[in-house]
Amino acid sequence: MRIKALDIEREQRVAFVGPSGCGKTTLAHLIAGIHPLRAGEITVGEHRMHELKGAARRNFRISEIGFIFQEFALIDYLNVEENILLPYFVNGSLTLTQEVRDSASTLAGRLGIHDKLRRHPAQLSGGEKQRVAICRALSAKPCLIIADEPTGNLDPKNSAAVTDLICEAATQQKATLIMVTHDHSVLDRFDRIIDVGEEGRK
Amino acid sequence: MSARRGESSFTMGGLFRLTLRYLTFHKVKSLILMACLTITISLPLTLHQLIRHYEDELGERARKTPLIIGAKGDRFDLTLTSLYFQGEAPEPITAQQIDELRETNRANVYPLFLGYSARKQPLVGTSNDYFRFRGLGPSSGTLPLRLGDAVLGSEAAAKLQLSTGDSILSDQASLINVGGTYPLKMPVVGVLAPTGTPDDRAVFVDLNTTWVIAGIGHGHMDLEDEEAEGFVASREGNKTTGNAALLTYNEITPENVASFHFHAKRDELPITSIITEPKSDKDRVILNARYSVSDTTQMLVPTEIIDELMGIVFQVKRFFDASLILVLVTTVLFLALVVLLSLRIRKPERQTMFHIGCGRLTIFWLQTFELVILLVVATFLAIVFSAITIQITDSVFLKR
Repeated sequence: MRIKALDIEREQRVAFVGPSGCGKTTLAHLIAGIHPLRAGEITVGEHRMHELKGAARRNFRISEIGFIFQEFALIDYLNVEENILLPYFVNGSLTLTQEVRDSASTLAGRLGIHDKLRRHPAQLSGGEKQRVAICRALSAKPCLIIADEPTGNLDPKNSAAVTDLICEAATQQKATLIMVTHDHSVLDRFDRIIDVGEEGRK
Repeated sequence: MSARRGESSFTMGGLFRLTLRYLTFHKVKSLILMACLTITISLPLTLHQLIRHYEDELGERARKTPLIIGAKGDRFDLTLTSLYFQGEAPEPITAQQIDELRETNRANVYPLFLGYSARKQPLVGTSNDYFRFRGLGPSSGTLPLRLGDAVLGSEAAAKLQLSTGDSILSDQASLINVGGTYPLKMPVVGVLAPTGTPDDRAVFVDLNTTWVIAGIGHGHMDLEDEEAEGFVASREGNKTTGNAALLTYNEITPENVASFHFHAKRDELPITSIITEPKSDKDRVILNARYSVSDTTQMLVPTEIIDELMGIVFQVKRFFDASLILVLVTTVLFLALVVLLSLRIRKPERQTMFHIGCGRLTIFWLQTFELVILLVVATFLAIVFSAITIQITDSVFLKR
């Protein structure tokens, strides 16, 4: 895929749309530093992604990007609290303190899953799982949230509710939101809609 | 919410927590894997430890026993019985051999008469010199001083809960021949200090006492006494024979000890073997020459016999080792299959971790850590299993 130039404002809520295979997810992954760039530049805040390598890129990702995946991607053997704090277990650049735990607990309370912290994903409903996934994405206070088709398997009613929840969480966190979606019924929640297929053809 | 940002990308505590969570969440899978690993590790480990343990134990005793003289026959039986007081006693030789050896003045001799027991502990008839030879001393009481006295090894005393001043009954030699010898009640005059050898498990008595227990000697009321008239079957010259009503004493006391006598010449009385300590290398060679031409007796070097025995054991072990390698290969293949399936199933988990910022090396360590923990716990369990097996085997086979 080739994109000449694409600027996204801080705290903007952006939807990536386009037909399957046009590169929506790839573009989101390039922004997050999951895939390396072959050519060109990507800057996220003050971070010049194309210059970051290895651990630096991972550290950037874990501290600046919050991921929300399709089908939640919760770890089945961890309880809700541990799923939310997962970034702190797998990367030493984040330090797990009591303050972090308290903050995660408050966040869980805001998302209505405070009483589910000791449960495992298998004991949660679909909606609760989605809230845990959102909570995890926000736990390290990222400046950018990337949601990769989080409503892909939901009915229209739940799809709208989850999108509202993500948008609200991003606003409260003062984070920029990029959501990859096929669901055109939720696009009115976004400040900007980017057709990645179109961008690639410019 | 505050998060310190740094350069490190590896968190040991976090990895350990995730690994433990995975293992405890998938309990059945973890337990099965651990059981497989424990069995695979413990089998060769236990076998190796067991053989080394017995090699040490057998070898140590053999090294401290220069020569054994006994009846011609199975060399292993004679050696094992004389050293460890176990198994069927071989054919006896006569006490005459003791005197003949002493007369040569080429060795110190320690006769043994074995094959009887007292409350299931091996009964060892010997001379007081044996205690000096083995470095055995009483922790309480004395060594056997007179006919009928018993001295207990430390483990025997502990097992039977007996101490100096108590008494112990010898076991009935034959349950079928109830008209024969009866158990002899013996006062415990001492308990030996522990030595960590088969002596700890034995009950020691004087040679004469074992002959009484064997029914070769006995004591009863004087048939010449007027009160014994009802117990006389016949009188022919100087020879008086008691009838069936005449009971022999089943306890040797200061009052009746004089009545004990043997119905055979001392030279003809049986002994199992003679531990022989040559006074010099020359004496050893001469004794060896003397017994090598004997038709009825043999002289054995215990270290040679034990080495030969261990040689057979090692041959069997090699066969087991080959079988265990096959078990090991099977287990490794089984584990590889489980790990591969697990890796496939957990691909989404790895992807999630990588996306949120976990390094690929950390993910590798996370999944390797699980195997390492299982391996460490399994090794620990195998070592414990091996130690327990050796203890049990020891008590079942060596301390019988």
